[in-house]
Amino acid sequence: MLEYRVEIALWAISGIIPFFMLNIWTNNNLNESINMSDLMLSRYFLCAFFVRQFSVVWVVFSFEEDSLMGKISPYLIQPLNPFFRYLAQHLAEQITRFPFALIIAFFFFIFNPESIWIPNLGILVLSIISTFLSFLIQFLIQSIVACLCFWTEKASSIERLLFIPTLFLSGLLAPVVSFPKYVKSWIYLTPFPYLIDFPANLLSGNETNISGGLSMQILWIFLLFPLFRKIWSKGTKKYTAMGS
Amino acid sequence: MNLRKYLKVYKNFLHTSFASELEYKTNILVDLITAILSLIGSIFLLSIFFQNNGYIGGWKFEQALIIQGIYTILNGITNTWFNPNLTEIVKHIREGTLDFVLLKPIDSQFFISLKKINPSGFLEIMLGFFLLFFCIRINQINLNLSFLTLSLITIICSICILYCLWFFISTTTIWFVKTWNAIEVLRSFLYIGRFPLNSFSFSLRVFFSVFVPIAFITTIPSEVFLGLSQLWKILLEVIVATVFLITSRKFWLFALKFYSSASS
Repeated sequence: MLEYRVEIALWAISGIIPFFMLNIWTNNNLNESINMSDLMLSRYFLCAFFVRQFSVVWVVFSFEEDSLMGKISPYLIQPLNPFFRYLAQHLAEQITRFPFALIIAFFFFIFNPESIWIPNLGILVLSIISTFLSFLIQFLIQSIVACLCFWTEKASSIERLLFIPTLFLSGLLAPVVSFPKYVKSWIYLTPFPYLIDFPANLLSGNETNISGGLSMQILWIFLLFPLFRKIWSKGTKKYTAMGS
Repeated sequence: MNLRKYLKVYKNFLHTSFASELEYKTNILVDLITAILSLIGSIFLLSIFFQNNGYIGGWKFEQALIIQGIYTILNGITNTWFNPNLTEIVKHIREGTLDFVLLKPIDSQFFISLKKINPSGFLEIMLGFFLLFFCIRINQINLNLSFLTLSLITIICSICILYCLWFFISTTTIWFVKTWNAIEVLRSFLYIGRFPLNSFSFSLRVFFSVFVPIAFITTIPSEVFLGLSQLWKILLEVIVATVFLITSRKFWLFALKFYSSASS
């Protein structure tokens, strides 16, 4: 992974959309309507950036390429589910990404020195856990989509479709508190706000229901995991190597 | 004639890439739904911004919708032509197949930029035009010839600038080999084009008009639609587009001198 330092640095930069959004929010005094001070909002978006950096998942693209190229066949013979391989790749890249994310945070604090804060240890641990859970949820959802490769060959377009609600509803571009009532009434039942909004609120010290959020995350993992197992076992039965 | 030859070649490009893309028919349907959802999502985001404010950076909601419309059209064009072709350059250079392109008796930039087409982007372009017509109605813009020519000129210039940005980054592949993530950076910057430039702080505004001219891509055409744009801005956009086109061409020819095929 360290071979591709520039690659990963650029990847970290490409995640700075939350900062642009922050700029719109503060520059137009939009936060007055949602009872969130400029300060809390800037922390929120910084945390959203961090959570996003450590919960990005691209397993469907790797899997699609491998399955089109026929690389899946040797993986299937191995006694380990190939998705562990992808999971390890993701984790390794997250660790390499950490210093770059820190550098970006450092620059953020130079421009906004008033927003420096130190979360207490308990909150920090909890938010790391919830970021990891968010990563797991996204990993499971994408793995389920990736298994559709066994049927359709081009599963990545389904992933792009699913990415749209993730982008707009997860809180990456606007905190879920600011959403209109008719959306807020149902959004907490979907997995989206637990992907970025909940961990970011937790880490930045904004008001949030800690136990409720964590249990919803775990609940979604328990719902998605059996689904993944099922689709995986069905898919591998269906699987025929390319050209057969 | 030379031009006729290129038109004929392009007709063949269209034919082959349509044939291969239509192999994945459900894919096109999924892409259509994606485009529609993404438009709904960005209008939703915009409506959050305007929840309690009448104006953002001096733009009303109805006016900001024009920017969305133009962004959608440009995004559709990116998905139809720029994305499928220019990401291919990376592959050509990594696998050394650029050799075959350079050997062909046609212009390499022409071949590389227009070889493929992704028909699902057309739907997005249409979607953008629908939104624009809707905006013309709700903003009560009266259509006349000078307005139409001006808006056409600015949109064509935007397309040129956008193309050059993509082409610049793809060309750097000759030195850096892997530029997937540079393209991602460009994408995230282009995302800014969905919002009026005035809604950002001064420093970002300078950055996005001088270093990465995203301001020129969507804001100026939208100002033309509203009749707000001064003539010097339009002239400036034409100049910027010309400069970009010329330098991107020069840059490509310059970069080719450094191309040494794969594993050599």
